[in-house]
Amino acid sequence: MNLRRDVFQAIADPTRRAILLLLATQAMTAGAIAANFDTARPTVSKHLQVLTECELLSAHQNGREIYYHLNAKKMRDLEEFLEPFRRLWDERFNKLEAVMKEFGSKK
Amino acid sequence: MERKTKIDAAEGKHDLVITREFDLPVDLLFRAYVEPEIVEKWMSTRVIKLDNRRHGGFEFETSDPRGNVVFRANGTIHDLVTNERIIRTFEMENTGFPVQLEFLDFKSRDNEKSKLTMQIVYRTPEDRDNMLRLPFAAGISMAHDRLQEVAAKLR
Repeated sequence: MNLRRDVFQAIADPTRRAILLLLATQAMTAGAIAANFDTARPTVSKHLQVLTECELLSAHQNGREIYYHLNAKKMRDLEEFLEPFRRLWDERFNKLEAVMKEFGSKK
Repeated sequence: MERKTKIDAAEGKHDLVITREFDLPVDLLFRAYVEPEIVEKWMSTRVIKLDNRRHGGFEFETSDPRGNVVFRANGTIHDLVTNERIIRTFEMENTGFPVQLEFLDFKSRDNEKSKLTMQIVYRTPEDRDNMLRLPFAAGISMAHDRLQEVAAKLR
């Protein structure tokens, strides 16, 4: 449960969201990621660390370079997070609709 | 399948918006919120009090089959305009969740269709996220209850 909260804190930051977007299509090194931002390199490194810690990113060594990948499964968890809540309301409203349709036809 | 009910919950904010299109005229949709017998049917709860007026209020209570009260909720109605809007508070008792503020807007799409927009404001972003997380836990306990029901019939 705490992990989930961390994920939401992680994506609350606009720079971190931009990093996720950047990595959506390709794996990149820390240097290449930092080149996309005006922020100081250590700040970008800190963001990468946060994203890696909550498993939204994973780091892979490739020769002398470390590449950051998006963890697609974790990203999907994030979308699915809302789904039970949405379904709860959807079912409730379906019931409302069914009750009122019956009610309306009796008038 | 098309999703009739949509949830919009931006990260880090302390509110969320639920929208739903109904295959019902707006007056029928509105009545589902103000007539106690109807509320009881679709909310699956008992209506103890439903005072539909500005500065009115409501009390809901749900019992298990043995008659033990398992859920109680109450709120104050801040404003109510028939077929247009309800502004109310909503509090689940004995849960540790703080009271929330709800803005319900009822819109007629055409004679036979309507749209409900429900903005819920929580005290903090954490309270909102905890509330969003609740159906996970509830889903487990509901499945458990159903299992018990089925098991009881087998005996």
